[in-house]
Amino acid sequence: MPPSIKEIEKTACQIRKEIVKMTNKAQSGHPGGSLSAIDIVACLFMAEMKHDPKNPGWEERDRFVLSKGHASPALYGILAFEGYFPKEELMTFRQLGSRLQGHPEKLMLPGVEITTGSLGQGLSVANGMALGLKLRGLGGRVYCLIGDGEMQEGQVWEAIQSAGHRGTDNLCAILDRNRLQIDGKVEDIKKEEPIVEKLAAFGWNAIRIDGHDYRAILEALKAARETKGKPTFIVADTVKGKGVSFMENNVDFHGKAATDEECRKALEELDGRLEMIEKGN
Amino acid sequence: MASKGTRDAYGKTLLELGRDDKRIVALDADLSSSTRTVLFAKAFPERFFNAGVAEADMIGTAAGLASVGLIPFASTFAVFGTGRCYDQIRQAVCISQSNVKIVVTHGGITVGEDGATHQMIEDVSLMSGLPNMRVIVPADAHQAEAAVRLAARTDGPFFIRLSREKFPVIYEENPKFELGKADILREGKDLTFVAMGLMVSNCLEASEILSKEGIEAEVINCASVKPIDKQTLVASAKKTGIIVTAEEHSVIGGLGSQVLSAISEECPVPLKTLGIEDRFGLSGKPGELVKYFELDPESIARKAKEFLGGKKR
Repeated sequence: MPPSIKEIEKTACQIRKEIVKMTNKAQSGHPGGSLSAIDIVACLFMAEMKHDPKNPGWEERDRFVLSKGHASPALYGILAFEGYFPKEELMTFRQLGSRLQGHPEKLMLPGVEITTGSLGQGLSVANGMALGLKLRGLGGRVYCLIGDGEMQEGQVWEAIQSAGHRGTDNLCAILDRNRLQIDGKVEDIKKEEPIVEKLAAFGWNAIRIDGHDYRAILEALKAARETKGKPTFIVADTVKGKGVSFMENNVDFHGKAATDEECRKALEELDGRLEMIEKGN
Repeated sequence: MASKGTRDAYGKTLLELGRDDKRIVALDADLSSSTRTVLFAKAFPERFFNAGVAEADMIGTAAGLASVGLIPFASTFAVFGTGRCYDQIRQAVCISQSNVKIVVTHGGITVGEDGATHQMIEDVSLMSGLPNMRVIVPADAHQAEAAVRLAARTDGPFFIRLSREKFPVIYEENPKFELGKADILREGKDLTFVAMGLMVSNCLEASEILSKEGIEAEVINCASVKPIDKQTLVASAKKTGIIVTAEEHSVIGGLGSQVLSAISEECPVPLKTLGIEDRFGLSGKPGELVKYFELDPESIARKAKEFLGGKKR
């Protein structure tokens, strides 16, 4: 039984709390881009991907590549909630001796498919995984989450060309289009639009959705799965810092953790949201 | 001496490996006819992935293929296969310990006429600095084949540097090749040559020149640059008391630097590094360039003798 929208929303909200808490505890990390991505990540792991936390090396699993490795708190959050490791471990994030490295490391933690952090590399790796899965007849699909500023990396476009050319249809890329990067607005630093048209011109099935609308995310993932002969690129319009009022659309929280006071306020807001979800709003 | 291409040996070996093992896949960045991966591409088109002129994408794709249980060999020229995608090798291959084999051709100055942009003399330095990377520079075509076979059956990242030029054949076919093991090709008591790649045969020739003058040089082929055979190097340093390294590479961070750090703790003897002295290459015929940079047997013999004269006896 796939989980209900309400269950996904609830888990995503609980992970939002963990994102705020673990970055606050570490006094470092990237809350903004983790909060914008978590709804997509939660939909993937909870409702779309074929995977088994008890057997992370299962060959026929679907793969997830977090190309924007700095959103590691979102990945760690969902991995813990799905049972890859104990939730208590989340609070060791970025500490010496922890498996939860600042950026996700393949060799450290089950569920991390490849090391990422230096931007622009994930889609090429995802391409290789998708080609390899086809070659081996394993039937798995590959999902790759890319950051908004990350689209400026040349290698992303090399990989877009490659998959478009090969028609790698077991591949789905998702752009976390939160419109902000460290130095400001993406559109001010390097114009990205019309992104859907660009991706379509490169041979992709390009879909634009609201990246915080669970139904829309699940439908887009389903459409990706059903699309043959082309890879799918989901452009997900999101809000950086989504779910915490003072973090939303605030570039300061790209790579800065909440203070203890901010953390308390954020958790209060998120608890309020959780209560509303429970009540069915 | 007969000559054979190290890249020809690679192409042939990769094809044979592909026949025996379906997990072997190959990638190239639009240079498959030069790197000889074209042989594999023709035989196994479904297992060959041409990235086009996109080396970073090629390395990432190789890491992805490795992560699902395949054994990718990624090839291009040395300059593009290291400098152009250093960060991808660092993160997707080395930090991730991906089972990716990077086999480059056109290493060093013997690329010739193409000039400085295409003569890679920093690749061994770049690759050696990466944790988890193994760095091999074979001395001839037969050793190249052995190195490629070793890389295929040994899990984890490998960097193998081959050349455009044919090399004199030193080894019999199917020589024994072990990671971290250097070969003493000629025994001597007066000085030790440590070399990699084409410089191994040049040092062997240099040692013949020196022998006529009564100087008996030991010649060590240090094809396994990383891990390096500390034991053999230290033993030879103790025996001869003086080392001359030779490499078709920058003297900064290459074989010479690594031999120096390998012996410095246990037996810090005088050591001279022959190679490219903190400058880039230039256009010319391969043979002319080797002479210009004083890496031909005569120059090596002369420099070794000068160094020996100044330091010993």
